[in-house]
Amino acid sequence: MSSPHPTPLEPIVETESLVEERISVASNWTLVWWRFRKHHLAMASAAILIALYAIVLCPDFFSTQDPEFTEARQAFIPVQGVNFIDEGRLDPWVPAIVGKRNPVTLRMEWRTDPSQKIRVGFFVAGTEYKVLGLFKSNLHLIGARDQSQRIFLLGSDRLGRDQWSRIMHGTQTSMTIGLVAVTLSVILGIVLGGISGYFGGWIDQFIQRLIELLQSVPTIPVWLALSAALPRDWTPIQVFFAITIILSLIGWTTLGREVRGHFLALREEDFVLAAELAGCSRARIIMRHMVPTFLSHIIATSSLAIPAMIINETSLSFLGLGIRPPAISWGVLLQEAQNIQTLALAPWLLIPGLLVIVAVLAFNLVGDGLRDASDPYSK
Amino acid sequence: MARFIIQRLMLLPLLMVIFSIMIFAIVQAPPGDFLTSYAATLASSGSSVSMEQLDALRQQYGLDQPIPVQYYRWMVSLLHGDLGLSLEYQRPNIELIGEQLWLTLALAVFSFILTWLIAIPAGIYSATHQRSVLDYVLTVFNYVGVATPNFMLALVLMWVAFSYFDLSVTGLFSAEMAGQPWSWAKFVDLLKHVWLPATVLAIAGTARLTRVMRANLLDELNKPYVMTARAKGMSEWRVVLRYPARLAFNPLVSTIGWYLPQLFSGSLIVATVMNLPNIGPLLLRALVNQDMYLAGAILLIYCFLTIVGTLLSDILLAVLDPRIRMGQ
Repeated sequence: MSSPHPTPLEPIVETESLVEERISVASNWTLVWWRFRKHHLAMASAAILIALYAIVLCPDFFSTQDPEFTEARQAFIPVQGVNFIDEGRLDPWVPAIVGKRNPVTLRMEWRTDPSQKIRVGFFVAGTEYKVLGLFKSNLHLIGARDQSQRIFLLGSDRLGRDQWSRIMHGTQTSMTIGLVAVTLSVILGIVLGGISGYFGGWIDQFIQRLIELLQSVPTIPVWLALSAALPRDWTPIQVFFAITIILSLIGWTTLGREVRGHFLALREEDFVLAAELAGCSRARIIMRHMVPTFLSHIIATSSLAIPAMIINETSLSFLGLGIRPPAISWGVLLQEAQNIQTLALAPWLLIPGLLVIVAVLAFNLVGDGLRDASDPYSK
Repeated sequence: MARFIIQRLMLLPLLMVIFSIMIFAIVQAPPGDFLTSYAATLASSGSSVSMEQLDALRQQYGLDQPIPVQYYRWMVSLLHGDLGLSLEYQRPNIELIGEQLWLTLALAVFSFILTWLIAIPAGIYSATHQRSVLDYVLTVFNYVGVATPNFMLALVLMWVAFSYFDLSVTGLFSAEMAGQPWSWAKFVDLLKHVWLPATVLAIAGTARLTRVMRANLLDELNKPYVMTARAKGMSEWRVVLRYPARLAFNPLVSTIGWYLPQLFSGSLIVATVMNLPNIGPLLLRALVNQDMYLAGAILLIYCFLTIVGTLLSDILLAVLDPRIRMGQ
């Protein structure tokens, strides 16, 4: 049939066939990326996660001061708002805080004094630190230009420690713990689920019963009991790894089941049979032919598991049984907000909780986006 | 059906034995025992106990025996229905746990009912009014609800109540009612206090359930039988509620099994933050003080509740869904 408008139709047909050609030669990962790119929320969340992991790499650079520096006379200083414009010019500053002791309650009452301005600069020199434990630096993203001044972008806690800097360091611990715990669960899940699904037989039965048993364990009480059993004199690093192991001990079961399901389905596929007939070794069949078919799906599932780990770590630490001070995590920071009287006095102590919510939301949205993108049948 | 239930019931003791070994291994794992932490507490408060006294106490509680013997003794007394003596409170564990267990269950059931009462209508509305303003609002609420840790929500609500309404919302009873025996007035008092912790507990569950209900119902609504029903002139309300809603509801029932146990364990953290008379805070204290028999007893109860919860949902699902045939 001849078209009544041949000219405007021609170029469209051509681009469509070009697009089709691109799709048909694109690798699976490219396809996943194309689909993922279309989720705007997931893309925005991915940007947030990248920013958070930049903080994880070097929290000191983002801090304004030493997170452990205490000054009892500067306790419970409220959030200092940053003003960017001064006298019509771009010149960021924060108002100085002056304290007066209330004669009745004997409490310090802080007031901002906009007449005294503390100049704030970007990329300023400050306390010295080591980047990734390798080389020294004293550069900070943001800080008071006058090094003798302290600024409290997110207020201070009961010991006069700067909350902004503490949150940066807490981000490092909490974001890492989620990632490490999920990585451990993924390894356990793929290995045990793979064995279960590929070999079948009694070992499959055994692993399945083990998963059922672990899944009927009441998680939070058992986690608490396990963390309470950690020796009190362990170093923060030891506690950190113990907590990640405790969290992943139960976390792997869901993934193990899924991997097993994939293996069971794939075992009957023609391409596996072809690989077997071609004389591939078992390890090669599993790693080269089977795992890549569901790897994107596993990644999506595990990115959905990270937020649960973060919430669990935060809850454990909040109850005093997870990460322990002097190590800093979001849960440890929220412990400061445990007392309701303190909270009424210093509501900014809840800010770490806000960060938990943002991080968990971002992980969930990215996970949802990845899951949709990794499904080859989705539109 | 009866055979299926009996089979599952027979598995229960075996599971409990495995769990009891696991639990015993965990509660006695910390270095030292209750008496070392007891002595440390005494020492920090200024008084002290002699080594002989400690040894005598250790012998009395059987803490000097090898671990398998301790476990054996614990099991024997458990089988006699004796949960043992709390080392810290010097009272039988069963007394300590007793009433708090009922309140823990009451709180879990209350928030469970709340979850379903909110989530099912919300899910149905979201699915039938897809892409409406309220649907988007509910979706945002669901994402945030899932992302907020329980204790954080409890803290925020307590803080708002305290600083803006001058209300103290901790506990499950008002001060004058706490020590009273059960009466109608006390029950009403409980209802006045239970809604806040129940809401806190219900929010994450509601968010998840609404999402699942919406997705399930959306799947069903596109099926031809719905169109047939509409073509026959049924009112929209009846079409939705009569068939697709019921089908969408079924998979949810299967999640009760893990949702109820989650509520039991989840209430632990909220109860600690809000200072509720719940077995959660009791467990936490027992764990910190190495009061091992009390901690063991509470952990066992949690395990028992979890297994029973799973069993209940399996039975419920078998009853509701005739496609699941047992043992064939």
